[in-house]
Amino acid sequence: MKLINQLWTFFASVQLAILTLSSIAMTSIIGTIIPQGEAQTFYVTKFGAKTAMFFQILDISTMYSSWWFYGLLGLLSTNLIVCSIDRFPAVWRIITADNLAVSLERIEKMNSFRQWSTSSERLKSIDWQAALTACGWRCQTKNIGEGVLFFSQKGRWSRVGVYIVHSSILIIFIGALVGHFLGFKGSVMIPELRNTEKIYTNPDSIPIDLGFSIRNDAFSIEFYNNGMPKEYKSSLTILENGKEILRKDIKVNSPLTHKGITFYQSSYQGHQEFLVWITETANGESRQFSLPFQQQISWDDKNIRIGIINAEADGQRAVRTKIWFKVGDDPAITQWLTNNENIPISSQGKNYSLRVKQLYSTGLQVSKDPGVWIVYSGCGLLLLGLYMAFFLSHKRIWLYQQITAKEGLVSLAGSSNKNKPAFAKVFSKLEDLIEQTIRHHES
Amino acid sequence: MDSSQLLGITTFTYLFSTLLYVFLLVFKTPRLGIFATFFTLAAFIIQTAGIGLRWVESYRMGIGHAPLTNMYESVVFFAWTIIALYLAMEWIFKTRMIGAFAVPLAFLAMAYASFSSNIGKSISPLVPALQSNWLIAHVITCFVGYAAFAVAAALGIMYLLKNRSKSASESLPATSSHLPSLSFIDDLIHKTLIFGFIWLSAGIISGAIWANSAWGTYWSWDPKETWSLITWFFYAITLHAKYTRGWSGQRIAWLAILGMVSVLFTYYGVNFLLSGLHSYGSPS
Ligand code: HEM
Repeated sequence: MKLINQLWTFFASVQLAILTLSSIAMTSIIGTIIPQGEAQTFYVTKFGAKTAMFFQILDISTMYSSWWFYGLLGLLSTNLIVCSIDRFPAVWRIITADNLAVSLERIEKMNSFRQWSTSSERLKSIDWQAALTACGWRCQTKNIGEGVLFFSQKGRWSRVGVYIVHSSILIIFIGALVGHFLGFKGSVMIPELRNTEKIYTNPDSIPIDLGFSIRNDAFSIEFYNNGMPKEYKSSLTILENGKEILRKDIKVNSPLTHKGITFYQSSYQGHQEFLVWITETANGESRQFSLPFQQQISWDDKNIRIGIINAEADGQRAVRTKIWFKVGDDPAITQWLTNNENIPISSQGKNYSLRVKQLYSTGLQVSKDPGVWIVYSGCGLLLLGLYMAFFLSHKRIWLYQQITAKEGLVSLAGSSNKNKPAFAKVFSKLEDLIEQTIRHHES
Repeated sequence: MDSSQLLGITTFTYLFSTLLYVFLLVFKTPRLGIFATFFTLAAFIIQTAGIGLRWVESYRMGIGHAPLTNMYESVVFFAWTIIALYLAMEWIFKTRMIGAFAVPLAFLAMAYASFSSNIGKSISPLVPALQSNWLIAHVITCFVGYAAFAVAAALGIMYLLKNRSKSASESLPATSSHLPSLSFIDDLIHKTLIFGFIWLSAGIISGAIWANSAWGTYWSWDPKETWSLITWFFYAITLHAKYTRGWSGQRIAWLAILGMVSVLFTYYGVNFLLSGLHSYGSPS
């Protein structure tokens, strides 16, 4: 029993809180200096074999998910839970206390205390309840001996502010755990016009079935005049059993969510392959081909052959392509085309429109995190709790009126759990109110 | 007149008001006080106009966005917030003595933004990741927090100065006898710290929400995130030491100063010394 008590005291202590918070803060620095998530060989070459070994034992390369870091977070949680259970009942008693049961001696000993004496006749005609209510202090009353006690309070719920803050941290942790166990993080590369039902987890590349199919209809990049990227855009379609369910253009900061799984635009890759659209202008007949670099493809019905013989690239991005185009026995035409622009071409008296576009894959981050809303509500509660704890206070006032045969006595007392200077102002306003009320009834 | 000229004038006016506030403190000439306030307020208005004009200029360039998107703009906003907080304090608490400690911080920030070769001053377009309203919410909340912590650190220095001259009564009496009482400064440090703490919390949260909408992860332990959390913990510890261990006065003053070191590292050190997602602030 004694041991349990000691353990309880240990886990309820603020010293432990300060120690744990400091430990988390200081160990967190490690991961900002030593690169995270690299292969063991990286650490060996960078820090030497011995240090790398030491890192491995302590999971330094993935320190934010290491056993000891989780241990510290667990310690913090335990500390928060025990500390709250330890202290909350007392706070609850204050919140729900019967403040009219307070003894008159205690009222007189309060830091803010003031007494007036006047004639009993005059006092009898004053309605304190109305006077106090008029300035926002709604009160309860009780007869005590030959007097009446009035009590009023404001902001008693502000006392739970700290507890909301502390629970909100636990709620955020719970949300993180829910995401960890019931969600996944992964990624996938989808070439244009292809679809996939599988994505791969980060960083282990375990395939996960989506339960539906997602197709990349088109990917595009826009640039500013100075060459900086302006927009990455993927047009995505969700398919279920071959049926199109949902279409959306996603961009960075504007993802697509289906069945709790969200797809984020995160990267792209240019291939050495091209998409070609050929349209016969006269009848509007059109076909689309996918064409690897320096290979040839034919549209047999029309006796057309086409190939891409050269390309001008900026990094992995093709800016222009040189095509080889041949209809029937006509001499072949070669021409440079700007990427993804319709270009008219004539051969054998027929007009065609040609568009060539480099084939891209869009890189998507895929995430399912059912805990996110728990985390967000925790964050909301954190801010609410901080506001309550910092800016609101529990103010209580007592007014005791005692009428004897000789004289009338009015005593005012008050207290606040925080921000005493502000309360002193509130109290002096009340003093003015009482003085004026008494004087008013004198005349 | 373009925005950089306005911000240049701002820098020099903050220097001038700093000198006035220090003069006020050292030579105890309260009649000059109104001038110090006047010049600070004037510089603040010019700076507001400068920031507004920079916003307009970005639209004229066809890449319109709020001027809160790179290191230069954030440092300018940081200085602006420090002055906003300081002027509010001067008005609420009716004392000009804090000016000599707070206004120089804004001057230093502006001077650094204007003259450092590390910082690109041009208005540049936003890469896709930065095209989000959360960016604005994130930068504003963080920098209001940072500015409050900067003012808290200035108050901490003021406290230590006053405290020192009190113990060694002859060393600095002339300067610090004019300073507000220790308990007043202590209370003000506390108020600024909790103000900053709430804004830093909101800053970290808005950053997390933004990261989630851009990358699908609200927390990825990148160095900047981690350092902001370290700073947040630092101030949480400070508040606990105060509330539950009864720390006050000199110790809290030191913690307020030390906290600012952590803020500076989060804000500045990480961009230049470590690498991560927050590359937008890195030297260009
Ligand atoms: C990240 C973690 C934490 C945060 C953000 C936090 C936040 C706060 C804040 C803002 C206050 C001040 C409330 C006021 O104005 O009175 C406070 C008070 C307090 N905290 Fe924490 N806290 C944390 C962790 C802990 C832990 C682990 C404990 C465990 C013992 C703890 C125990 C207390 C106690 C006892 C108080 C004083 C309550 C009172 O005034 O009645 N805190 N906390």
